[in-house]
Amino acid sequence: MSAPGTVAWLARHEVRLAWRDWRSMLTAGRQRRGRTILAILAVFLVFMHGVAASMLPRYAGAGDIDKASLVAITGCMVLAFSLMLSQSLETVTRAFYARFDLDLILSSPMLARRVFTVRIAIVAVSLAGMAMLLAMPFIDVLMLRGGWRWLGAYGVVVAMGAAAAACAVALTVALFRAIGPRRTRLVAQIVAAVIGAAFVISLQAAAIMSYGTLSRFAILQSETVIAGAPEPDSLLWWPARAVLGDAAAMGAVVLVSLVLLALAIVAFAPRFGEHAVTAAGATHPVRRQQRSGRIRPAAPARALRRKEWMLLLRDPWLASQTLMQLLYLLPPALMLWRTFGEGTTGLVLLVPVLVMAAGQLAGGLAWLAISGEDAPDLVATAPVPARQIVRAKIEAVMGALAVVFAPFLAALVVAAPLVALVAAAGIAVSGAAAVTIQLWFRAQAKRSHFRRRQTSSRVATFAEAFSSIAWAGTAALAAAGSWFAVPAALIPLAILGGVRLISPAAK
Amino acid sequence: MSLPEPAVALEIAGLHKRFDRPAVNGFDLAVRTGEFYALLGPNGAGKTTILRMVAGLLRPDAGAIRIFGVDALADPVAAKQVAAWVSDEPMIYDKLTPFEYLEFVAGLWGVDAATAEARSRELVGWLGLAEHAHERCEGFSKGMRQKVALAGALVHDPKLIILDEPLTGLDAGSARQVKEVLRERVRAGGAVVMTTHILEVAERMADRIGVIAAGRLIAQGTLDELRARSGQGGASLEDAFLALVADQAAA
Repeated sequence: MSAPGTVAWLARHEVRLAWRDWRSMLTAGRQRRGRTILAILAVFLVFMHGVAASMLPRYAGAGDIDKASLVAITGCMVLAFSLMLSQSLETVTRAFYARFDLDLILSSPMLARRVFTVRIAIVAVSLAGMAMLLAMPFIDVLMLRGGWRWLGAYGVVVAMGAAAAACAVALTVALFRAIGPRRTRLVAQIVAAVIGAAFVISLQAAAIMSYGTLSRFAILQSETVIAGAPEPDSLLWWPARAVLGDAAAMGAVVLVSLVLLALAIVAFAPRFGEHAVTAAGATHPVRRQQRSGRIRPAAPARALRRKEWMLLLRDPWLASQTLMQLLYLLPPALMLWRTFGEGTTGLVLLVPVLVMAAGQLAGGLAWLAISGEDAPDLVATAPVPARQIVRAKIEAVMGALAVVFAPFLAALVVAAPLVALVAAAGIAVSGAAAVTIQLWFRAQAKRSHFRRRQTSSRVATFAEAFSSIAWAGTAALAAAGSWFAVPAALIPLAILGGVRLISPAAK
Repeated sequence: MSLPEPAVALEIAGLHKRFDRPAVNGFDLAVRTGEFYALLGPNGAGKTTILRMVAGLLRPDAGAIRIFGVDALADPVAAKQVAAWVSDEPMIYDKLTPFEYLEFVAGLWGVDAATAEARSRELVGWLGLAEHAHERCEGFSKGMRQKVALAGALVHDPKLIILDEPLTGLDAGSARQVKEVLRERVRAGGAVVMTTHILEVAERMADRIGVIAAGRLIAQGTLDELRARSGQGGASLEDAFLALVADQAAA
């Protein structure tokens, strides 16, 4: 047992909390569901290994380290790093603002520096752990096909977790100092969303402009980029070489990342306590709403829809999440603009992107509107049947979805009416499926507790993602005029059926 | 010639609710219109559970609840139409202004716009919120939030107001404003049922006081009746309350 107040003791406490939090997220707080969740996790990993096997035919067996491989691997690493940085930025911001136990800890005689040293390290470890879980199928497949040298990729994932946490800490502190505690939270969320999406979108935008395709790998595999890239012995490729099993490169990459993390801890942990206290003292700015002061007439359902829309519009967390969704719609918009009037072939590619985005956006909105309710007692004691309340919330979500996707559909109608029809149906079905999943997994709590989607059931989150992907595939086939769309639709329906069986609503 | 019996605002009979252990155990109560009723009890006595069942937030295992003659279990929507619930933790929307909040509540209860507007202005004025009526609630103090929640409870002109520790966290000035508003509603013919740990509030405001322990009503009556029952004539309500609860615990 470590002595109370030491870094080891604190780390043990934090790890215990993190583990219980993670477990509770997976099991939605139900102890008995542990085995079911483990089984689902196992199925998921097997499935992802299958996906990885189908996606990675080319680089696995590469014997020589050529420029094409290095470009492709580095591209994937930048993509992964941007996502990790985005995630860690979100986590570090939470360390400033989420009060949970911070008031207790900061009012104790414990050194704040010690507390935040542990917390920053935990951010790095949890980030690397999650990334490893997601990367595992791909690394395993690469090892099976290309040998043990791919094992180095695990080390690089750890290094990336440490580096991402270090960068996130530096970025958050910089934001805090530059714009103050009031704005940092929202701006950090938006920066996290933009960082997470920027690299993918840039690749896609470049691919669309150069090759007229949405594939982000088109640029990375292009002769121009490969020809213009530095030679294989350049320092720039060391991370990629580390992934490929170069021991020296791997040692250097891991060392540099750990040094970065240590520097971030040494430089910023002592000030974190101070920043956290400042963040706690940041008052809400007084925001006056420009209204005539007249009450607008409304039936209960309309009052509920209006309230939901007002709250959705005024939610900064949601704004950052929606911004992320909308950023991902930029490439399709670019594609639509570029191929407008050039036939329907290119436009068909847009349909799955729109359908997938609709499912994800609807899930996010439904999560907030259906599960997040700041005044549940008020709504529950109103003389309105519960069914009508839920229906109004669903209408609010689907209405918001319609507003976001209407411009795309309007442009598609002009260019290719049939494709637009399929896209509209796909958006509606994918959105409805995501909302339905959120309904089955609803967990009533205050909206402010929903800053993290992770507080939702992981099963629901994954089910929502798989459902959106499956509907996107179905819509793509339908837009291409293939009858295979009919049997393909059975896949998302089967997903929904399976999710319903294991959902709390079925109990 | 005797006066007609006042109508019963709230009637509870044989109410039972069990969680891991019995929380409410055969609770009976009748509150008349125009009456301010305070429910007292030690922590865990079942006060909040009872009020949540009356408000339709919890389903009892057994028993009956009638609000102005409406069976609240058989027809909850009709019962809710005439009732309002205010909890100790003000549940309002941070991103709405008090005026928008009142507009929303009025919509939920189907109050027409003109009436809702007139009542909103009146309540906002009474509760000293006029200056902040168009500011988002996110920066409000606990007292202001509680006043917004109370205004929401009153904007649809309920006949029965159910309050769970409504004065917790309020400063003296705010507490006085809230008490005056509630007294006004009782004078206007409504009924108020309130739990409180502040015995002075019960002593000064309530027409009748009920003492609950282990999920049962162990005594009720006016302050003098409770003093007499506890054998503590001339004592404060606190002494009477502690004596009654101690007797129950000993039994």
